[in-house]
This record gives sequence, C-alpha cells and structure tokens, in this order.
Amino acid sequence: MTIKIVINSVQRTFDVQPDEVLLDVLRREGYLEVKGSCHAGDCGACTILLDGRPVASCLTLAAKADGHSLTTVRGIGDQAHPNVIQDAFVKNGAVQCGYCIPGAIVSAKALLDENINPTEDEIRLAMDSNYCRCTGYEQQLEAVLSAAEQLREDGTGKVSKK
Amino acid sequence: MSIEKKGFRHLREGSYPLTRVVGTSVSKVDGYALVTGAPMYADDIAARDFPQRLHGKILTSPIAHGIITAIDTSAAEALPGVHLVLTWKNTPRTFFTTAGQGWPEPSPYDNQMFTERVRFVGDRVAAVFADSSEVADEAVKLIKVTFKEEPAVLSAEDAIRAGAPVVHPESSKGAYDAAHNIAAHVDVNIGDVDKALAESEVSVSETFETHYVQHTPMETHTAFAYMDDMGKLVIVSSTQVPWHSRRIVSRVLGIPMSRLRVIKPRIGGGYGCKQEILIDDLVAYGVIKTGLPCEVELTRREEFVSSRTRHPMKVDMSIGSDAQGNFKALKMHVLSNTGAYGSHSLTVMSNTGSKTLPLYNKARDVRFFGDAVYTNLPVAGAYRGYGATQGYAALETTIDDLAAKLNMDPIELRKKNMIRVGEGSPIFEALGEGREGVAQTIKSSSLPELLDLGAEAIGWKEKRGKRVRVGHKVRGVGMSMHMQGSGIPLIDMASASIKLNEDGTYFLTMGATDIGTGSDTILSQMAAEVLGVTADKISALSSDTDLTPFDVGAYASSTTFVSGGAVIKAAKAVRNQIFAVAAEIFGEELDASLVSAEPKVEHDDSERDPILSFYYMEDGNVVSVRSGKKVSVSEVAYRAFYEVNQHQIAATQSFVSPHSPPPFAAHFVEIELDELTGKIKILKYVAAVDCGVSVNPDLVRGQILGALANGIGFALTEEYHFGSHGNMTNSSLFDYKILSRRDMPPTEVIVVDSYEPTGPLGVKSVAEININGPVPAIGNAIFDATGIRLHKSPYTPEKVLAALHGKSI
Repeated sequence: MTIKIVINSVQRTFDVQPDEVLLDVLRREGYLEVKGSCHAGDCGACTILLDGRPVASCLTLAAKADGHSLTTVRGIGDQAHPNVIQDAFVKNGAVQCGYCIPGAIVSAKALLDENINPTEDEIRLAMDSNYCRCTGYEQQLEAVLSAAEQLREDGTGKVSKK
Repeated sequence: MSIEKKGFRHLREGSYPLTRVVGTSVSKVDGYALVTGAPMYADDIAARDFPQRLHGKILTSPIAHGIITAIDTSAAEALPGVHLVLTWKNTPRTFFTTAGQGWPEPSPYDNQMFTERVRFVGDRVAAVFADSSEVADEAVKLIKVTFKEEPAVLSAEDAIRAGAPVVHPESSKGAYDAAHNIAAHVDVNIGDVDKALAESEVSVSETFETHYVQHTPMETHTAFAYMDDMGKLVIVSSTQVPWHSRRIVSRVLGIPMSRLRVIKPRIGGGYGCKQEILIDDLVAYGVIKTGLPCEVELTRREEFVSSRTRHPMKVDMSIGSDAQGNFKALKMHVLSNTGAYGSHSLTVMSNTGSKTLPLYNKARDVRFFGDAVYTNLPVAGAYRGYGATQGYAALETTIDDLAAKLNMDPIELRKKNMIRVGEGSPIFEALGEGREGVAQTIKSSSLPELLDLGAEAIGWKEKRGKRVRVGHKVRGVGMSMHMQGSGIPLIDMASASIKLNEDGTYFLTMGATDIGTGSDTILSQMAAEVLGVTADKISALSSDTDLTPFDVGAYASSTTFVSGGAVIKAAKAVRNQIFAVAAEIFGEELDASLVSAEPKVEHDDSERDPILSFYYMEDGNVVSVRSGKKVSVSEVAYRAFYEVNQHQIAATQSFVSPHSPPPFAAHFVEIELDELTGKIKILKYVAAVDCGVSVNPDLVRGQILGALANGIGFALTEEYHFGSHGNMTNSSLFDYKILSRRDMPPTEVIVVDSYEPTGPLGVKSVAEININGPVPAIGNAIFDATGIRLHKSPYTPEKVLAALHGKSI
C-alpha cells in the first residue's frame, strides 16, 4: 500500500506492507537517526513525534501514519543548527554512548512544546519511557531544565554553533 | 579549583601542576553528531552503505543440555531468499574462547562456532543468512533439529556434587578440571588464615549470594562484514576489543591478519558485554561463503539469553579482629557460576579477591580461594566491576556485621583498617588477573576525605541507628567503601600516533576504544594539554585495526590511565620534534638527545622534563625560554613540510605500566523501608569518589551516575528468572526492570581529585568502581533500619518481607 507522510516538513510517499512498523520504514528510507533497540515499546530509543506527540515508532504501524506528520530528532535540529535541547544535552555532559539520545530529545521536545516551565518531576515523567543505561539521567534532567530556561528567554529554540 | 552545584561537588586534594585543558568539562567530540542522530552505529552504517546486505538470524537451543542427533537444513536452504545455512557440519571446528582478552588467553578454549552438544537454553545451533530478516527468521523455523536431551546442571552447587552431569565432556583446553565442571580455580594463601581466625578475639563469617544480571546496552550486539575492493575482509562491529576480535576471528577462520580489518564505529554502550566475540565470526564467515555483505544484530531477547551476564557468585567471607577492631585475618571463598562456557571465568574470580582484599591491608593472614564452575545456564562474562562487585557485596556487608559485633561505628572500623598512601598489600603481588600480580604501593588517595565528606552529606551522625519511623515505614543509613584498578599492570598496552597539520592542528589516532565513555574526548584533552592548544585543535580517530595503532581495548578501567599514557607520550614526542624545528628557526642550540629522549609519563616533582628548560608550548606557539622568541606551530609545520630539512612531524608511542593505581570510593545511602510491602525506597545516595585528576568533570560525574543507576538496579530490581529447565522467563526490558528516570533516587556526587604520580597528568580511573557500592551500602542501610541482614541480592520486596517475618529466603 502507498502512504503519504510529512517527515520533518517534507512530503514523502512510500510503499509499505500493512504490517510494517514506522521504525522499519523510516530506517529503510534513510531516516537512520531513528534508532531501534527493543522493538517492543519498552525502551523509548525509537521515539518520534507523530503530529507533535511522542510515539514508539517500533509499535506504530506505518499505515497508521498515512496523512500525518512526523518529526525525528533531525527534524528538531541538525549539527549546523542544533535545537536548544540538543545543545543543552551536549553542554551538560548528558550524552555518553548516545544511542538513546534521539528518542530522549524527541520526548523532551514534546514536553517543552507544551510547557516551557516544567518542574523536575514533570520532566522525569515526560521522559520516563526513554531508558538510558549510561548516564543515570541526572545530567539529562539538567539539560532539559537549562533548555527550558533558554526557551523562556528566547522562544526560538534555535542555537547557532559559534 | 572546585565546582559546586546541586548534586555535584568537585574538589581537589593537595597541590599539583596547573593544567588548562585537563580539568575542564569540554563538550564531547562526538556530542553534536550524537544528539542529531548521525548514522554512526554499526547498523546505521550497514543500512546506509550496504542496503542489499544479507541479514543473519541464529537458531538457538531450546534445551539446557543435550546432543543434536539430527539436523536437517534442506527446507531452510530451499526457501527463496536464503543464501546460507550454517551449522557445526559446515563451519570450522576450532575451539576458542569468546572472551576478548590479552594473550596468552586466560579463558578456556571451550567454545566453537556451532556445537553438536548444546549446553544452555540459548546456545548457538545454526544460523541463516538471507535477503531480509523476515526471510531469515522464517528459514530458522524450517530447520529441523532432533535433540537427545541429557541431565542438566542448573546451579553452581549442583555442578560440583559427586556424579554431576559433565557440561564439557569434550575438549575444553585451559579449563581447570572440566571432568568435574571446574572451569577455573584460584587459591592464594598468605600466612595461616584459619589459625589467625581461630585466635582472633572477634570473628564473623557470612555468606553472600549474588544473582544473574545483564548489561542491557541500548544497542544490542551488532556487526556486519564485507569484502572490500582489494579482497580484504572488513568487519564493522559494536566491540570493545577490535584487536582481540581480529586476533580471534583470524585464528578461528584461518584468515591472515593482513586480509582482515576490524573497525569500531560508535558503540551504543558496552559495560563489558561487548568485550566478547559473539557475532564477529558469524558475519565474517557469512561473507567468506556468500561473497556478499552480511549483518547480524542480536534481538533484545538474544542479548539477554545468548550473550553474556554477570557471574552469579556465592561468597563466604570471614573476618577476624582483635577487640579494638584491628583486622587480623581475611578469608574469602568464592563459588562462581560461569554458565555454559568459561568466558572470563578465571579472571573475574581473581578480581573478586584482588580488587577487594587489598583495601583492608592491615590483616596479616589472608586467603582467597574458589572455583568457577560450569553449569547449563546462561554464559557469564565481563561486566563493569568484573568480580569486585560480587566480592564487595560480601566483604562490605560482613564488615558491617563485625562493626555491630564490636559495637563500633562502621566508618571508624574501616578507617582503622583501610590502605593508606605509602602502603601496599601482599595480595597485589600474589593475585593478578588469572596469574600472579604485581606489587603495588598506594601513591594517591583521598579516601579519608571521601569518608568524612560522604558521611556529612548523608547525615551519618544524626541518622545512623535512629530508625526513624513514619507509620509503617522505617528509615536507615548504610555505607560501603571500595577500590578498583586502572588497567592490568604489565599486561594492558596502548598506543597512539599524533601527526601535526600545517595549520597547527593535530591528528590523533589511537587504539583506545570509545564505547560511549568519552575517551576520544578526554584523550584529545590530554594531547591538547601537552601541545598547548585547546581540545578542538585535536582531531581524533580511534579503533580501526588497519588505520590506528594497537590497544587492548576498553576494559579493566584502563583507558584514561593506559591509553592516556600512550597519548601523553606521543604528544610529548611530537612536541619535542616541534621544538627542534623552532630551535632551527631561532638559530638556537638544542641537544638532539633531548628531542629523541623516551617521553615520560610518570610525574616527579624533583625531575622536571629537561627540554622544558629550553622551550615551552603556549596557545599554539613555541616560546624560547632563553631568548623569549616566539614562533607559531603552524610556521614550524610549513617549514618542516615544505621548506628546509623537510620531514613529517609525527610520532607513535606506546605505554604499559607496572602500576595500576586504585581509584577509591565511599558510598552512603539513606533508605525508607515499607514494612507492609517490603519495598525499599532510596531517599538519597551519596557517592564520594577519588579517580585521580578528573580530566573532564562532567564526564566523570556521568560515569559515576551511570554506574550508580546500574548498581542500584542490580541491588533492587534487575534479576533473571528461570523456568524449570534453565530457560530465562523474563527476557525483555518490560519484564527485566532497569532503572528509569523516575526510579533514579536523588544523588550527590562528590569527587575529590588526588594526584597520581604514576599516571599521565595525575589520572587514575572511574569507569567501574561505582557499580560496586549499591548492593552492600543498601544492604547495610536495611540492617541499620531493621537489624536484619539480607544475604542474597537483589533486595526485592518479597525477600525483605520474608526476612521481616523471620522466614528463610
């Protein structure tokens, strides 16, 4: 079947199988920033935004996204123009192996899109489904707090690297 | 210099040389690439570069022990899209160890690519390479296997019972006594421990049992291989040990190393499980047989069931002391369950003693002995902490019991007996990694400060023994103390090369294997420090067996100390070459022997690097001490490359050390125990740590917090459950509970740097040590809250409730 999806603001059309999940379709189509890990919805590594809401792409049927809009971590920012959240993750030492990070940043983006003044508990709750085995989470929490502070000062969320 | 913010304090002990780049939290060199999801992990690269690759799937044993009497792969082979089916019948039968360790290999050669005798649920029976994962999965189901089941050994105790089934009746070269299921045996005896225990005024004997857990890296083991255009077999693998992988694959498959290249891309976490050659042989052989690129990516279930775990251990610990608490005797006996194969069996068990007992060096009579035994259960291997974690579970809880018996404060008891600067321990020399060790004297330690600062941070004096009660919840505080090592002395070798570019930037290549730890970053900082530039002037490339120099890999807390030593030496050698050209430019004399002298890693206040009396580096320039003249390094490079006496400015250096200076840690925890449910809530966790000089304080803190999260999971929630035939029944991240964000307790990390004179720029290590604390510290807090000692991890609500109700567990 053919599906039409807007991915990171670009209209795309894909042929997919009815039982294919978004994670597999996205990676096949070159969106390799979406990382797979448990393939069971348990770990959050593959989180993307579907119409602005975080979903596990390993559990979401591609067909279900037909006519909808997706955002991956690369849609949030790239190396030349990182988003304030991405920048804060780097500057707060919140990244170790990095494998969980695209999913964690996507969840943080969904939170900050709705609430630029979250409490620590609200951040932990919003990102609770994003497992990380390296960092112990504290520096990621500080990164999101720092990003939120910057967003409150300058609502663009954009960072120019140097 | 000190940093203070919520949850993190970074202090320094003593005075030592000023640094500009080392000691600052520069951003990770791969940071922006990682936060934007760049395609840098093995499967990303495979998907991008080899969309037409074959996908491998593995058929694993459904039974714990038996012989394959018949295997029919014809239906699988006939399935359209299937290219290759591998079993023991059509693969090399070389015996090898999957453990990626140094040479000669200390683990037994008890493994083969595929086996006729399956030894655990999850053992490799066959593999299929097909056009897609789906076809490969379908083909795996079409393989017909007939097993003759045999009695299985399902516990370490059963393994050593008379008449127990033998797990390795065939070859297992290097195993201690395979006929009796003993993979490895250690017995180190100093003095007469039994006599000393009998004569001690006070003694305590306890047994502590630890359980099966898994590393759960977010990226499962993933590797792909292809034949390059020149006919070289290239393996891209999520490995901690690229050189060991090449050596083992070369031997097993009979490929000369000149035709084999192993590349480590970015790695999605290792923690020890990727110090193991689990799929590199498969993808390489797939390429040899099909000529096509081949990939294998373990599923999460396979990662749990078929990869590697932490050795479950039963540790008997006896301590004898006088009435004042002066230790006289330490006796530790280990029964380690290595599972179906003896991967790291000897060395992990050795570390259980060698990384724990020297911490209490006042005891004169010490014995460490034990067996690592084969069972028909999942295979154990290297896991952060590497046996010390299990040893500390027993040692640090038994010391608490002794403190109670002596009616002494546990911190005072530890202070009385702990190793201090200037002291050694006979254990260092007697017990190394599976062989004799190397004598060590402690040259740096801020352990006394760690104990004081940690106690203050948790509120030890106010809270200990108070058993504050809120309804049916009772509070307690506990602590534990630890050391580890910094590499394996005289065994771990690292090397690094540095080349100067014309614009005064540098290219650093090294074998050091960044598995997410940040080693590319901190090693760049160390090079930058010597070369007088900022860290962004160093471009690092690591871990490619063709393009970078050798390194044993990322394990044994070795990278900062050992690989750092190589980087420092290479940087000094390049710096000296730059000084020589600068001397030409200035028209000044410089003794050639100073330029070519072997660079030193160790720091000695009385013996300053003699060449620094003539020149020094500053902000990308060479400055002459004698004339005050200054020239930019870029000008030096242009002259050397293009103008006069042309030559490349570059150096390769390697480092191996007789020292493995221990980092130290003191952990403190306050818990609240719910007597109705048995649930333990951590109110606060304090880790006070001495890792030598912190090269990058943010990354140091991240290493500590990550180890705590993993260690607390080990203590409270993570656990393998087994069915009646040794089958793991909770092999998913849904059923196997690692800590999530909301599970992480409030933490305070206190880092007190000391200056380690044997290490590069004063460093020691930080990677492993902090996983050792949670099991004993939380156990001691439970004891403080309830007076009940739990002797088995994890401390689940069921166990706590049973203990509260006086039931045995």
